Amino acid sequence: MDTKLPPYATFGQRIWFYGFRVICGLIFFFLIAPIIIIIPLSFNAEDFFTFTPGMLAFERDAYSLHHYQDFFGEDGYPWSGLLIGLGIGAVLTVILKVWKGNLNLFPILIGAIFGLVIGKLTGLEGEEWMTPLRNSLMIAPVATLLSVGFGTLAAIGLSQTHVPFKGAIMAILISPMIVPLIISAAGMYFFYSRIGLQGTYWGVVLAHAALGIPFVIITVTATLVGFDRSLTRAAANLGANPVTTFFRIQMPLILPGVISGGLFAFITSFDEVVVVIFVGSAGQQTLPWQMFTGLREQISPVILAAATILVAISIVLLATVEMLRRRSERLRGIAPH
Amino acid sequence: MSDATQDGPVLAADGRPLKRSLARALRAQKLRALMLIAPLLIFILVTFIAPIVDMLFRSVENQIVSETLPRTVVALDEWDPSDLPEDDVYAALALDFYAATERRQHTRLGSRLNYETTGMSSLFRKTGRGVDDIGEIYTDQFVDLNEQWEDPLFWLPLVSDTGWLASRPAEGEDRPLSLFRIDAEFGASFPRAAEAYEVFARTIQETDGDDPAEEEPWHLVYAALYHDLMAIHDSGEGAEGLGRFDGPVFVAALEAVPGFETQSYRDAFEDIDEDWLDLEVWGTIEAFSDPFTAGYFLSSVDLQLTPQGIEAQPEDQRLYLLLFWRTLFMSGVITISCILLGYPIAYLLSNLPTRTSNLLLILVLLPFWTSLLVRTSAWKVLLQQQGVINDILVWIGLVADDSRLALINNQTGTIIAMTHILLPFMILPMFSVMKTIPPSYVRAAKSLGATNFTAFRRVYFPQSIPGIGAGCILVFILAIGYYITPELVGGRTGTFISNRIAFHISSSLNWGLAAALGSILLAVVLVLYWLYDRIVGIDNVKLG
Repeated sequence: MDTKLPPYATFGQRIWFYGFRVICGLIFFFLIAPIIIIIPLSFNAEDFFTFTPGMLAFERDAYSLHHYQDFFGEDGYPWSGLLIGLGIGAVLTVILKVWKGNLNLFPILIGAIFGLVIGKLTGLEGEEWMTPLRNSLMIAPVATLLSVGFGTLAAIGLSQTHVPFKGAIMAILISPMIVPLIISAAGMYFFYSRIGLQGTYWGVVLAHAALGIPFVIITVTATLVGFDRSLTRAAANLGANPVTTFFRIQMPLILPGVISGGLFAFITSFDEVVVVIFVGSAGQQTLPWQMFTGLREQISPVILAAATILVAISIVLLATVEMLRRRSERLRGIAPH
Repeated sequence: MSDATQDGPVLAADGRPLKRSLARALRAQKLRALMLIAPLLIFILVTFIAPIVDMLFRSVENQIVSETLPRTVVALDEWDPSDLPEDDVYAALALDFYAATERRQHTRLGSRLNYETTGMSSLFRKTGRGVDDIGEIYTDQFVDLNEQWEDPLFWLPLVSDTGWLASRPAEGEDRPLSLFRIDAEFGASFPRAAEAYEVFARTIQETDGDDPAEEEPWHLVYAALYHDLMAIHDSGEGAEGLGRFDGPVFVAALEAVPGFETQSYRDAFEDIDEDWLDLEVWGTIEAFSDPFTAGYFLSSVDLQLTPQGIEAQPEDQRLYLLLFWRTLFMSGVITISCILLGYPIAYLLSNLPTRTSNLLLILVLLPFWTSLLVRTSAWKVLLQQQGVINDILVWIGLVADDSRLALINNQTGTIIAMTHILLPFMILPMFSVMKTIPPSYVRAAKSLGATNFTAFRRVYFPQSIPGIGAGCILVFILAIGYYITPELVGGRTGTFISNRIAFHISSSLNWGLAAALGSILLAVVLVLYWLYDRIVGIDNVKLG
């Protein structure tokens, strides 16, 4: 299809041109609207799930933050955490300045975010939403580390020229993504009960790591496909040993793939609910689990506040992955623009 | 020297034949690749593949009957299913049942068999309460004969293996008692009593840590002893048949037993519950006495294993074929809706300039990255009777306020929500295929006189089919295994087979049936996965 309508287009062509765009617009609307619409609904002052007349008239009183207050609760020490995080970040910045010479404010930002989150999530006593959030944040990073560690190694192995049984190995490694979650959950529930992992933190972590591995394999092998082997040969030619070559040449090039694979693994674990319901016990209740219970039993508008926050998190993650993908394509010289 | 190298095999720098050197280098390369993959492969095998294999095993495993009622299962081997079992089967059942009751396993078996024949659970529970009275009539008569019979210490030296007796810890010594062993000679003279006593002694040792020296034997031991003595009496050997045990107590008992008041095991079971005279009960036990069973798979397709063979389930209990059919049907509808909605979008994206299409692609990727729970809760909120969509429809005037549409807790809800959730999985593969179709082909077709429609139908569409195929299989695979969304918005009519599997794991605890249903679903998915691999190749899966 041409992007612009030529001046000689007939009436029928005009109808088709605009009609098609309207249809596509409606489909985009269908894709996005449900996600966007929960954002204003989460500021509803009342416990309703629809726009109240007050909201439609944009009255100040019809909007409120009280679902967010319910979501965050009152426990925890966010501000002390923020201060400590800022402090550590500042110290790191100074050290980096002295060591490397350039001023980098990144550690302060990271320190502030981490300090705030960790501070908020310490000293919780049975908070309805914060405890699940803490559990999620305790499970997902560890599962991610496991899948990224094992997955990157294996992806490097798989991208070698001569790999025996490559097809079969690949099929096994990708299978956690293909097998329906309910079947994985059932199998893990039976098997982990036998070996005493059912209902434990490590049971959930191992299960989530297994589910995240296909994503790491796929993204890292994708970056390795375009990898130019003459770079490593050049490094070897200039006298670098294989370990130096790996860390100085190969690693920086595949890092974007590793990070986006890690983000996929993180979001897989962070969003996962079926397996954790079966493999976990009440002590491992995660945020999606809490939302699932909330939706199934009595649906409370706090869920919309939680959903809005998750949407914000996914926007950040999506932006990061997109940025990394473009950076990786640029580095490897295959960028389309 | 140089002549020699030209005649022989080509040599590498170190003097070895080049062929061997190359082979060695290749082997080293393969080994290095495998070493890098091995940790992950082992990890996946333990955390993921082993659970799946365990589930497949559980779908046919049925050791509970032969573990709980081992002697009954053996005794039933020679049973003629058209008639009630012989009394020795009932005797074996009594002993097994007593031991199972002590170990509190009879209710577990009851619930297992209840999946096959209703009423088994209550029958087993009732029998568990009454089984300890079986044989009491004999105990009383033995004790009337001589009070020594109820003294545990009278029994112990007679029936115990001498080695075991010697190994008993002395008074005040603190070490565990080893597992009871029966005396071989006692076993030769009184086989039934020896077996019953051994079961008694071992069961009380294992369940409560009791010492057989302090516990009166079960009534069943006396009943067994009565039958042994009667056998000796009937053989006409007299006191000779007692072997080593020809003391006055035994001789007196041997003389007295023919005059004992008796009760057959079968009558004793009849007293507890008349269902024990029901052929169907015995048929069920016999049919499920094998350590492996196809029963769960048969139940998964609405069949059942009966003593008469494989039969269809009664009409009112047929459920699973309908559920499988519904799962496939709804997944198909969802896949088709995804094609219809996804094709225009993929077409538009692949024909726009890169900058614009990248921007619009974000609208596709955002739902893809948003939590499944968020999207499901959004639909749950939107589709409610008092939700936004119904409000808008009422406001426009399409629907009257008192007849708001039921969009949720039915098939409509599941189809709408899942189409939305799976749409990105259709668009992304289609888009990546359509991007590679050169626009010049369509232009060539048009310049050769094809209309827009013909050019699309004959030139563009056939080239986009691989994308449709990849998207279809992906969406279909994901759809048939979905659990969360149907559970939350599907109500009663919009649920999938997954929801039934979850129900059997967590509510009805019929794990075998859950495993069988899961195995069937897994088989369907693996066939599709194989197809996908053939058509698209798993290496070509792209994310984002």
